[in-house]
Amino acid sequence: MKKILLGDEAIVQGALEAGVDFVTGYPGCPSAEIGEEFLKLGEKYGVYAEWSINEKIALESAVGASFSGLKSLVNMKSFGINVCADSLLPLAYTGTNAPMVIVVADDPSNHSSAQSEQDSRQYAFLSHIPMLEPSSPKECYTFTKLAFKISEKFKLPVILRITTRVAHQRMPVDIKEVKERKKQMGEFIKNPDQYSTLMPKTLEMKKELLKKIEKIKLFAETSEINVAEGKSSKLGIIASGVSYLYIKEALDILGLDLPILKLGFFYPLPEMKISRFLNGLEKVLVLEEIEGLLEKEIFKIMGKPLPDGRQAKAEILGKNLLSEIGEMDIEKTCHALAKLANRQYKKPIIKEKALPIRTPRLCEGCPYWYAFATIKKVAPKGTIFGGDIGCNMMAGLNPHNIQDYLFSMGSSLGISHGVKKSTNQKVISIIGDGTFFHSGIPALINSVYNKSNQLIMVLDNRITAMTGHQNNPGEILEIEEIARACGVKNIKVLDPINMKELEETIKDYLNKEETTMIVCKRICALLAKRSK
Amino acid sequence: MNKNFNIIISGVGGHGIITLIKIIDEAAFIDGYDVKSSELHGLAQRGGSVLAHIKFGKKIYSPLVSDGSADLVIATELMEGLRTLKFLNSKTQFLVNKNLLPFIGGLSEEKIMQQLPKKNIQIVEASKICIEKFGKEAVSTIYLLGLVIRNNLIPLKQESVLKAIEKIVPDKYLDLNIKAFNSHD
Repeated sequence: MKKILLGDEAIVQGALEAGVDFVTGYPGCPSAEIGEEFLKLGEKYGVYAEWSINEKIALESAVGASFSGLKSLVNMKSFGINVCADSLLPLAYTGTNAPMVIVVADDPSNHSSAQSEQDSRQYAFLSHIPMLEPSSPKECYTFTKLAFKISEKFKLPVILRITTRVAHQRMPVDIKEVKERKKQMGEFIKNPDQYSTLMPKTLEMKKELLKKIEKIKLFAETSEINVAEGKSSKLGIIASGVSYLYIKEALDILGLDLPILKLGFFYPLPEMKISRFLNGLEKVLVLEEIEGLLEKEIFKIMGKPLPDGRQAKAEILGKNLLSEIGEMDIEKTCHALAKLANRQYKKPIIKEKALPIRTPRLCEGCPYWYAFATIKKVAPKGTIFGGDIGCNMMAGLNPHNIQDYLFSMGSSLGISHGVKKSTNQKVISIIGDGTFFHSGIPALINSVYNKSNQLIMVLDNRITAMTGHQNNPGEILEIEEIARACGVKNIKVLDPINMKELEETIKDYLNKEETTMIVCKRICALLAKRSK
Repeated sequence: MNKNFNIIISGVGGHGIITLIKIIDEAAFIDGYDVKSSELHGLAQRGGSVLAHIKFGKKIYSPLVSDGSADLVIATELMEGLRTLKFLNSKTQFLVNKNLLPFIGGLSEEKIMQQLPKKNIQIVEASKICIEKFGKEAVSTIYLLGLVIRNNLIPLKQESVLKAIEKIVPDKYLDLNIKAFNSHD
């Protein structure tokens, strides 16, 4: 049965067919559709699904499920893997019981991301966790099923690394029907020898892990997702992820037929297969998005001779032609291919002028308009504004321009604490409700405990809005009660449309000796419109 | 159809571009073509630019339309239409909704109109017509799709597109969407 699926939906389909029981994650672009689909379909197909409050807890919950014998999937955007890294590394040591797949969605070109243009493939090296890279929805579907199989066989989690152009690509995919079923219950069978990373056995565990990786390397050597195709030649191409689609098209455009080694595995790499492919080639073009990681590995592999003594000596083209900044596309690929094949590639004449950018803006009626305007009006000259992730990052854009730093989820409180302790300046941190729950609370406690008198403005629009209105603990917990329990004495809850009250409170709180908090509570305007 | 057919859709978040992609994808699939598309979500919801690519034909590899190779461009807003010029060639058909959503630092309608191509272009007041006729600007995207089909700007069968609309559009909005699709103005 063929159905048009988004890359994210294809992952859901693959996981359902693989019999996934337990799904956790944190919403972000471009992976949010995965969790959304599971929340919609979970009931029908017996899958427990949740939005966890952050990616670390999402991963840890899945670890609990895996230890209890349930098949799990964790979904997050690129930066999520940073948040869960602290538990990701020990997970490689303990390994899984029931299979686990971790989906990480990078956003080359930062179409929908602040922070950094992160290449999460580095985590495969850091954690020694196998990583697969699909190029299309069809591969999202087949690789997800394969990832569960690999995880089951080798008792390690498998990371499925996707990018925006894969996650948000649509195409017809041949899928199987999934039968409805009831939720499964597992059983935790005690096994502290495996599940506790207590010293001194961590080094033994590391040894076991590296042995597993050697075995997976052998598996990768014969895996059909690492495949060589095309006519033999003195020139060759090695491609991963969506770059494979661009090179297929570029070969058509330039009328060339050259051998391609498509790597579905990023880690561990099938070194022998790569070595054999390289053998006899004079020049090879390595195509990958963002960093030149494959390229570096290929250099290393070239340094090792094949068992029969032959040694590859190809010239490698890669990041010397292609930027490490921004996503790949057909033009860049054609340009690199033309260099490889010594062909002329005429770019079509482009009559494009630099146009003013339409930056995102607050929606009509958004409660943040009131809050931003009031903060801007009333804060004394020289006040420092801490920015945070979510809709409130628009504080940094016109016409507001009240953002002096922007890092990662929840970071405004921590950085503001440091500024406050280092200067005599007034500091206001601006954070949304979802972000506060995600990682604002430890920073709040730190601010109270270590005594900095920053003003924290929580813009509570009752939902995680930016990523498409996912519910958050604000459904049952009030931020002001959490803050009170954390020791904040000066807390004001108000509706930001009462600008006079907000104005006076800001003025008052900026002169307090302790951490203060104003919770601006008003529902997201889009949500209010929809629920009418 | 010998060559693949390449479409660029450009607009602003909230214009129903994702729905339009799904409909065209589905109709191409019904007509037996291989099809791929690419879209950007996320910040697009907050009134940012949205640029989507659709390709269908015998065999499609990448979902992206390369520069200068669009056969059809649909823009749901004037300024966003101006952003698609790099995809045009001398034969590209260009359909633009005469609708301007201004922003700080943006260009005036007059400036945009001067820079839009003069050939193979239709500038239609889709938003205005849809507000007047149906009381809903949201259907202007489907109205544009109706024009595309009636003017033979896309090699897809009308009945396939209608089937796709029935499949993709939720029941409660279906009647209105079909009316907008069939509207002759």
